[in-house]
Amino acid sequence: MNPRGTRVLRLDALARVEGEAALHLRVDGGTVAETRLRIYEPPRFFEALLSGRGHTEPPDITSRICGICPVAYQMSACQAIENACGVTVDGPLADLRRLLYCGEWIESHTLHIYLLHAPDFLGLADVVGLARDQRAAVERGLRLKQSGNAILEQLGGRPIHPVNVRIGGFYRTPAPRELRPLAERLRQAREDALETVRWVAAFDFPDAVYDHDLLALRDPGHYAIDSGTPAVIAARGGPRAAREFALSDFEQHVRERQVPHSTALTATLDDRRFLTGPLARYAINGQWLHPVAAEAARDAGLGDPALGAICDNPFRSIVVRAVEVVHAVEEALRIIDGYAQPPRPAVEVPPRRAVGAGATEAPRGLLYHRYALTEDGTLTGARIIPPTAQNQTAIEEDVRRAVQTRLDRDGPDADDEELTLLCERAIRNHDPCISCSAHFLDLTVERT
Amino acid sequence: MTTEPGRATDPRPTLAVWKFASCDGCQLTLLDCEDELLGLTDRVRIEHFLEMTPAEGAGGERARLDGRGPYDLSLVEGSITTAEDAERIQHVRRISRYLVTIGACATAGGIQALRNFSDVDEFIAAVYARPEYISTLETSTPISAHVPVDLELRGCPIDRRQLLEVITAYLAGRRPRVPGHSVCFECKRRGTTCITVAHGIPCLGPVTHAGCGAICPAFGRGCYGCFGPMSRPNLRSMVAQLRHDGMSEQDIQRVFRTFNAASPEHAPVPDLAAEKQERPPATTETHPERPA
Ligand code: SF4
Ligand code: SF4
Repeated sequence: MNPRGTRVLRLDALARVEGEAALHLRVDGGTVAETRLRIYEPPRFFEALLSGRGHTEPPDITSRICGICPVAYQMSACQAIENACGVTVDGPLADLRRLLYCGEWIESHTLHIYLLHAPDFLGLADVVGLARDQRAAVERGLRLKQSGNAILEQLGGRPIHPVNVRIGGFYRTPAPRELRPLAERLRQAREDALETVRWVAAFDFPDAVYDHDLLALRDPGHYAIDSGTPAVIAARGGPRAAREFALSDFEQHVRERQVPHSTALTATLDDRRFLTGPLARYAINGQWLHPVAAEAARDAGLGDPALGAICDNPFRSIVVRAVEVVHAVEEALRIIDGYAQPPRPAVEVPPRRAVGAGATEAPRGLLYHRYALTEDGTLTGARIIPPTAQNQTAIEEDVRRAVQTRLDRDGPDADDEELTLLCERAIRNHDPCISCSAHFLDLTVERT
Repeated sequence: MTTEPGRATDPRPTLAVWKFASCDGCQLTLLDCEDELLGLTDRVRIEHFLEMTPAEGAGGERARLDGRGPYDLSLVEGSITTAEDAERIQHVRRISRYLVTIGACATAGGIQALRNFSDVDEFIAAVYARPEYISTLETSTPISAHVPVDLELRGCPIDRRQLLEVITAYLAGRRPRVPGHSVCFECKRRGTTCITVAHGIPCLGPVTHAGCGAICPAFGRGCYGCFGPMSRPNLRSMVAQLRHDGMSEQDIQRVFRTFNAASPEHAPVPDLAAEKQERPPATTETHPERPA
């Protein structure tokens, strides 16, 4: 191959991610000229089909956007509707919601760590190969994942698209004794989760640094899961103190743009590239990690989260996820231990003419919903901004850097196969959830 | 890197998982079989499953969307919503010996089939500023509208136990036990008191395909039909009963217009819901467990 020529690397089907996407990379001599994550997942038009539905429906309907993080959709939808209707759900009902969400964090993160991501670090093709080499580790991962699913099943009825969530709370709340078997299981899960942190911390991490702005919810006193105010930390070189903005201003800050190569839209935060997800949450909320999780983070070489440590190597996101699993297990145990059954399973959410917004931290990052309602609760407009759309530009930039670093090291004729593997890894660091990203409303027209 | 035994010498049947327009929830159900997953991979060779495995065949060949096959068992998730996918499913059928559709998307068109009831251009315009970049069909159709299907597994999402039953039955060379009766039977089996009889909660259980284990009634919620229609549902009685239990015409239409909206069995619902009610519903006929 002529090292000075232009070559194009194409990855037609990204494996071990949720949904379908391809990558297009153009290299001119020794320089990466273009990286394009192309999402070809067919659009499913959720915002459009929500119009005309009743205000009780978004939790069930939008959960079908994503089979990996349905609870995130249900929780953001509930919050947005409740916000429109002027209702706040707190006390034990809010705790139960967070418990359900912890189940999803444990399940989804563990799925990503063991089944999708770890094989990358061990030079293996997939979890089947991993199980041949390290059967005990895979069994531990499956057991840990199952404990997340056990929460979802107990509280939600099933792990995928739980049935027990409604606006205002639940259809049925458990008696404390029904949660007791879960607590026993979670104590085992705590050991598995800590072992997971140690396991992934010992992987080999390529050198890499990202410099995206970071966006996560911030909920002083808590590591944000199901509520908080959007907060931003500037990229390296900028101010590291988090600045907040009101959720009602979300769409003024996070703007989406349609690009020709993708059915997903790409977003900027105040016109800048940004990242949401575990790395952003860790930077913004690290000081509120449960002590056991904070200690695991320190031992794993992530620095001291109490002192505002930031993990700036995207390949280490697997360690941050593992730490978040520890936190979610601890939080779930704390909720179960302190749980008293509320008098009613849900509070009334009478409709009114209003617009409401809601955002929660899906395992892959901030998930925003907005709905407009009429007096009788009919939806007249919906907007959903999922994490992958927000992360798309940052992912493309990470891929560009990873490939450029390799080209600088190995020269312009670095092996295509290796570069392709590297691209895949750089993408999987962010656990992009691609079936979620192919369906949102665009208000900004791209001008060419 | 560990190597698999070559395809020619490997006695295990091959499994492929395919995705069309969907949320990934049904294929994820396979990864949610935590207790069985490793045992399963001992018995079948998972050859094509993008969510789990990149390699297609030996020699580090890159995963290809079209796959090579032939595969003994193909699980197909998702509905057909683009011209390319309409072609791709033909290919998938050609290289699959036994093809099972998994979930409401693949079996009934899914929630995205709501477009079938309106103008898809309006849908596109509502979501995208530059509709010309988007190519999509006007309808979302089930796999069986395009190719012959050997078995359809219902649910949004499918049930883990039913999936395992289908795979084990396949491995044992017998017909899977996937009954076509209603959710009501599952409530009986589970010992759940009928929530309609006891609390007057509207419930689609009498016309909904079994398979979930009757989850919603156990949580005090009426079934909302995520498993789609049972075989030969009595919709006239169901609609009358829902009205009796307090649902408006609009509510009735909406509850049927969800994840299985495009099921042909549901086509009469709008007319039935709009019919003037002349007499109270004959409850003994409409609800199998209502005492006469
Ligand atoms: S049937 Fe439901 S769970 Fe299955 S892929 Fe379609 S939307 Fe997802
Ligand atoms: S009871 Fe009905 S809505 Fe609930 S999970 Fe079963 S089939 Fe789906």
